[in-house]
Amino acid sequence: MSDSSSEAIKIKVRNLSKVFGPHPKRALEMRNSGMRRPEIFEQTGQTLALSNISFDVYDGELLVIMGLSGSGKSTLIRCLNRLIEPTEGDVFIDDESITGMTDKQLLDARRRHFSMVFQSFALFPHRTVQQNAEFGLEVRGMSKAERREIARTALEQVGLKGWEDSYPHQLSGGMQQRVGLARALANDGSVLLMDEAFSALDPLIRKDMQQELQELQYHTRKTTIFITHDLDEAINIGDRIILLKDGEIVQQGTPEQILTSPADDYVARFIEGVDMARVLTARSAMRPVRATARDSDGPRTVLRKMSENGLDSIYITSRDRRLHGLVDAAALKSAIQDKKDHITELIDPDVPRVGPDEPLNSLFGMFSERSVPIAVVDGDGRLLGVVVKGAVLDELAKAGDY
Amino acid sequence: MDAMIPRIPLGNWIEAGLKWLTTEYSGVTRGIARLTQTGIDGLDDALLAVPEWGLIAVLALICWRLSGWRLALGAVLGMGLIWNMGYWQPMVQTLTLVVIATTVAVLIAMPIGILAALSTRLYRVVMPVLDFMQTMPAFVYLIPAIPFFGIGAVSAIFATVIFSMPPAIRLTILGIRQVPVELIEAADAYGATRIQKLLKVQLPLSLPTIMAGVNQTIMLALSMVVIAAMIGADGLGSEVWRAIQRLRPGDGFEAGIAVVILAMLLDRITQSIRTSGRKKD
Repeated sequence: MSDSSSEAIKIKVRNLSKVFGPHPKRALEMRNSGMRRPEIFEQTGQTLALSNISFDVYDGELLVIMGLSGSGKSTLIRCLNRLIEPTEGDVFIDDESITGMTDKQLLDARRRHFSMVFQSFALFPHRTVQQNAEFGLEVRGMSKAERREIARTALEQVGLKGWEDSYPHQLSGGMQQRVGLARALANDGSVLLMDEAFSALDPLIRKDMQQELQELQYHTRKTTIFITHDLDEAINIGDRIILLKDGEIVQQGTPEQILTSPADDYVARFIEGVDMARVLTARSAMRPVRATARDSDGPRTVLRKMSENGLDSIYITSRDRRLHGLVDAAALKSAIQDKKDHITELIDPDVPRVGPDEPLNSLFGMFSERSVPIAVVDGDGRLLGVVVKGAVLDELAKAGDY
Repeated sequence: MDAMIPRIPLGNWIEAGLKWLTTEYSGVTRGIARLTQTGIDGLDDALLAVPEWGLIAVLALICWRLSGWRLALGAVLGMGLIWNMGYWQPMVQTLTLVVIATTVAVLIAMPIGILAALSTRLYRVVMPVLDFMQTMPAFVYLIPAIPFFGIGAVSAIFATVIFSMPPAIRLTILGIRQVPVELIEAADAYGATRIQKLLKVQLPLSLPTIMAGVNQTIMLALSMVVIAAMIGADGLGSEVWRAIQRLRPGDGFEAGIAVVILAMLLDRITQSIRTSGRKKD
């Protein structure tokens, strides 16, 4: 999840547009007067590949840019490091304007900031795995010994130890893309650009690679921009998703936001067929807790709160809403008879609890064990809400309707 | 011809142009001629100073290292036959002409090919010039070569260079242009400069194609060197030429077979350089 602790902006994209054709300015004028991509193409033969794109990439997040072919996603990622020259608009990295750079500055920025992984792997066939991984460091002019060490570590990181002296064509597709990934990791740019990096791999290997990327990204916290046409993949790995259609942003948000409240029919059609139970989390099915009691309350106070709200058990929290456990009415009554004025020994700490990002499908299993509601707590153990069995089914049914 | 349109004196213009060139730049052409002649004589003398069996042994060793024992055996048998038939000296003279002509041709062709591959504008200029060079009958080059460089080996080399250069240029252009765009993109994405891209990606990947061009250049040079006998270049060509004039088919075929042997050896050697370079892929 894009944790709120790292909201620093790494890349800023503002009003970015790209026209493919000999008279791009004219196409943009037509766009400004309200014409859409098909009309502009019909009248001028030029393609408005991207139109007025603005978004931020936060430091350390994994941002997925998703769209079908022709949506402009590959053009967009290439505009970030100017492999494709934008027609209009600005790209900033760490507040440095990429679009305003001279050729020399751009070369330097590519070496420092961007490591790119390609759909077609784009490995150099005349170089060994090791030499491929070294490429970025080599063009920077790093010494042989130093770059060999770094590349070796990167290859080890992606599980290719022992393959250093092989040539790319001797490796399977999945392994080749690992080399591509190692080349990017060795280069250690501040941003990782992945252009449909796993699209050419078969489904099983693809799942593995997604998982490995997530782990890697989690540990290194490297800002990653991942392009894909596959919603499953986007949801699986993305902290946030930007949906692109005909060169425009249709929606951006967390996977859950996009799934539960699609911005329009286009997005809605996109999300059909996604396994909802895997995607929806405890947070979406969670209800606020009607009443809680404090651990400092006496048994009588707690019992009164329960009867006021029609409950036969109640969550006990500390002053800062940290969840201690559950107390039930029978235990309270016997405590009152025993003339106790503390409830601390009555609390049952064995309450099912989950984090807000727990997928709904794993909640099913917990319901079958116990019939009590499931408490949703944050990282510090504070009570956020509660999930009851019916709410999970409701949420799934609702999601299925889109 | 129609009286309305006078005949365009294209030939006269060219002759006037060539005449002007030869008189204005006689110093330059004479300088080139002397330099080239020195090179030819030097290489000739050096190759002839080595005993026949020594040269055969060196050649066999090269063949063995590049390709294997089959080619080495072929070299020994072929060269042995030429030695045995008594065409050793003309064979060496022809070899010298081929080596010098192709070296010059490749040295000119490579930079032109690289630049034309990288610049569309230059490509548009170079291509028709190449068509011209290749389709103009080879003999025609011999005629202006004589006023420039006089009768003999230098003129032969001049004509041979022009005639044999086009495939080296063409295949250099082709080789560089057919490097996949993804690889160029990858090199760009990691911040490679133009020169780094050329040296680390484009040239290594186009090397097999460029070597195919060099191979073609050698073959064309060899065929031209024989024709060059007509302007007095010594070698196997002049042996064939003499046989024609004396109507002696036996001598003609012997010299011709020597040419074939030389051609096959040069072809196989350059091809194996090419494929041994590709094995690394």
